[in-house]
Parts: sequence; C-alpha cells; structure tokens
Amino acid sequence: MSWGVEGLGVSFGSKAALEGVTLDLPPGQITAVVGGDGAGKTTLLRVLAGLLLPTRGTVRRPERAQVGYLSARAGGFRDLTVAENLEFVLAAGRAPRAGPRADDLLERTGLAPFRSRLARDLSGGMRQKLGVVMALVREPALLVLDEPTTGIDPVSRSDLWRLIALAAARGAAVAVSSVYLDEAERAAWVLVLHEGRPLLAGPPHRVVASLPGSVVEVDTPTDRDRAWRRAARWREWRPEGDPAGVAPGLEDVVIVAALAAEEGGRP
Amino acid sequence: MSAVEARNVTRRFGDFVAVDRADLTVEAGEVVGVLGANGAGKTTLMRMILGLLPVTGGTVRLFGQAPSRETRRRTGYLPQGLGLYRDLTAEENLAFSAAAFAVAAQAVPPGAGGGLVGRLPLGLQRQVAFAAALQHHPDLLVLDEPTSGVAPLTRARLWDRIREQAAGGTAVLVTTHYMDEARQADRLVLMARGRVVARGGEVEIVGAARAVVVRAADWAQAFSALEAAGLAASLVGRDVRLPGADPAAVRDTLAAAGVAATVDTAPATLEEAMVLAGRGEGP
Repeated sequence: MSWGVEGLGVSFGSKAALEGVTLDLPPGQITAVVGGDGAGKTTLLRVLAGLLLPTRGTVRRPERAQVGYLSARAGGFRDLTVAENLEFVLAAGRAPRAGPRADDLLERTGLAPFRSRLARDLSGGMRQKLGVVMALVREPALLVLDEPTTGIDPVSRSDLWRLIALAAARGAAVAVSSVYLDEAERAAWVLVLHEGRPLLAGPPHRVVASLPGSVVEVDTPTDRDRAWRRAARWREWRPEGDPAGVAPGLEDVVIVAALAAEEGGRP
Repeated sequence: MSAVEARNVTRRFGDFVAVDRADLTVEAGEVVGVLGANGAGKTTLMRMILGLLPVTGGTVRLFGQAPSRETRRRTGYLPQGLGLYRDLTAEENLAFSAAAFAVAAQAVPPGAGGGLVGRLPLGLQRQVAFAAALQHHPDLLVLDEPTSGVAPLTRARLWDRIREQAAGGTAVLVTTHYMDEARQADRLVLMARGRVVARGGEVEIVGAARAVVVRAADWAQAFSALEAAGLAASLVGRDVRLPGADPAAVRDTLAAAGVAATVDTAPATLEEAMVLAGRGEGP
C-alpha cells in the first residue's frame, strides 16, 4: 500500500495554502519536500499526518497509530526527561519490542548518556534527534518529519539523516521537509513547492536533467533578470540552450523553475 | 591593510580552549566563509572579531586597529536570529539602528511597512535585517547564516546584495554550516575543535578526505548490514556512502551479510569533510 495525496488543495478561509499537489509515498522510500518559508511544506505534512483535512483532493494515509510525526521545532516535551519522553510515546499505543529499540536508537544518536536530562536542557541538535527518535520508535508505516534539520549543525544533521534512512530501510514511507536543497539530493524523490504549488518533482537526477535550455557561467550577465550569483561570477539561464552550458546543480534548476514561473505569471 | 587580521588568536573559558591559535584575514572586497560544526569555535572567533569578547592570546586587528567603538562603527552585523526588535515596526527598527550609527535611515523594503516586525513573513523580516545591517555603509560585514531557510531564488537575490557590497569594497565574513551558502564565498576556512584545520576553495577544504560508495540492487539491505556492523552509513538517493570508512572493511561486511554490491571510493563532499572534521577524523 502506497500512501500519498492526489490533487490536494488546502484553503484557509479564502487563501489557498496548497493547490494541485499529487505525491506518492511508497514504503521504503524517502521523499523530500523542499521550498522556502511559506511554500506550503508544513500544510502538506500536516495533511499527511492527519492533522488537517484536505479542502480539495484526497489523502491516503494509514490509521493514526501508524503515523510518526515530528512538527517543526518540536523535539519532545520540554519538562520531561529523554527517557520520560520516550516512555510517554510508547505508553500511547501497543508497540512490541519497543523498549530495546528505544535503547538502540538512543545509542545510535548519542542520546544514551542523557536519558535523565530534561528535554529543555538539551542542545538544539540533541532535541531534534530526540524528536525524530520519538517519531520513529514505534516503527510507523508512514514517517512525517517537518524540517528536522533546520538550524542543526552538520554532525547532528548527518546523525538525523542516518536515522531517517534507517526507518526507510525498515520499510517506512518517509516524507521529510527541508529548506536546504543539498538535503533533497539524499532523497529518492523530491517535490519542490513554490507558493503553495508544485514547481518540480521526481528523482533528483531526473529533476536536474529536466532543465529547459542551458545554464552558463559568466562574468557579466546579458540578462540580469535571468542571472544569479555563484561566488564572484554569475550563472545565467539561456532558455533557448547554449553550447557553453555548465552542468547545473539542483539549486540552479530550482532557481530556473522559479524564474520561469515568475515570467509565466507576468502580464 | 586587511579589514580583518586575526593572528594566532586563542580564547579560553577556564580550562576549555574555545579557539586555539587561529589565523584569519579578510581583505576589502572579499567574501570569506567560515565553516564548522557546533563547538568548532566559529561563534567565539566571530565575537572576538566584533570586539565583543577579549582574546586570551594573539591579536585581532580591524582596519589595522584594535577593536574599538570606532571599528564597530565601520562594521555591520547580521546575527542568525536577525537581531530585529520584534515589537517595533520596520520603520522604527531602521530608525533605531540608524540613530545608533548617526546616519539617515534607509527606506523600508517594499511590503514591510506598517505592522510590527514580529508579524511579518520571515522573508520580509530578513530583508529588513539586511537593510538595518547595511544602512551605515559598513566596511566590514559579518553575517551569520544570512540566507538559511529561504527559497533558492530569494537566496540568490540576497547574495546579489551581499556581492554588491563586496564589489563596493566591503569585506564580508560569513559563518555557515550550509553548503548552499559556502559555495557563495571566494575563500573558505574550516574550523574544528577551536582550530583552523583547512583553508582555500572546496578542493582544498575536502583535501584527501574520501567516502566509500556502495551501490546495491537493494540499498536497504546494504544499509542495514553496514549499520548492524556499526559502520556509520548515509543514504544519497540510492547510493550508500560512508565518509572516511575503509573500503576493505565495507566489502568484508557486505560479503559476510551476503549482500551483492559494488564498492568504490570517491572524493568526500564538502559536507562530509565538515562532518569528518567535526568528529575529529578529518584534516
């Protein structure tokens, strides 16, 4: 059974937060949902977690007990210790073999020595790790993580991605949002949201290959509206193609798609 | 004369050495990125450069002088939390910081006028913070993860502004642990455990660090076998990567678990190099 959404739209009052989103979340696959502030990532993940009902379209998700969810900037109950936070999650439902699994996860994440520390006294990276451990300790069929790595340093970030891969290796369907494109390349499938609409979707290498035209690297751009900085030089989109084109990165392709969307929206 | 010249700088807190004999220079018109994990010493070094924290050893010179109110006047600082007064409007924030530097306040960025800054979308807050940091035309700009959390096109436009400042002769010092930002610098400095452990472009920072790359028909099987053997693996698409690992150990582990896979090595990515340095296994 594959989870996901089809033709999803969510409105708050007269404002559409999401429109036309279709996403398939097969078991064992990590899907990255990327976009800037206000792109609609949290709205999509809240629908998948069952916290928000679609205004339009459909959602396929497992029963509540089978969903692991981490909201943005969560990381456990502040006034409980690490061990109490996990006990609380485990007490909330039947979870065979969960005790040993919790111990294993605490070891892997370096949280084991801090079992009796209050969540509020953990560093930011440690709290996020606790949040992810809480979301996956019951081995959910669908794991939904909202920006687990925002503001987290690279060592903790790499630990978090290990945990996420571990959950997928054990068969969970994983949807994880991020504001960082370099993280999207870790996923098997990426959905780029822009102002509530899907901008690009597919495996990262296919998204990169889908660039219309070429991206060139120049010292002086010919069209400033289609150019962006890369260190001291510029990158520029040439929609009609250019033999001098460089190998684009995912970031370049997302910038081009956002430029094309802006141009398309011009009167 | 360099805008920033830190020589052999050390900072101790009791017995703890937060920064250990670090050297760092930033010339006018140059963008230098300081990379490192938490606890690497980036923030402490930055605070000494801003003159907020005295050095325990070594020297910091800004525009050829010791840090002072005079050098502070020539410095713009954009902290990670943006440093705005959330209960003031954008106009009031800009007027307040302009008054502190005795300059005329700049115009409010389009769309940011009216309400309290704390109620503006994050993207607009960031533009107000940029305006506040730039309105006294600083000769040195210190930025802490200036574009983290924004969409790529918005980030590209913010970097246009930072580059405009550099083109006008401003020295720019950026601390970050995001690769998307690191790529925008002219030069990088990698810190770990208080020390500068590598400097230069991406190639110099990565240095000799390599990663083992495992490709298997079933990535999950390979990943689980490696993790069960205590090897720290990461997943990139369907490739399993093990930065800093021994390829022979990886091959043996996979063979023992009966997992068919190809095992190669490749240069580490910038991020992997940073993680290795942060774990004390890097350059």
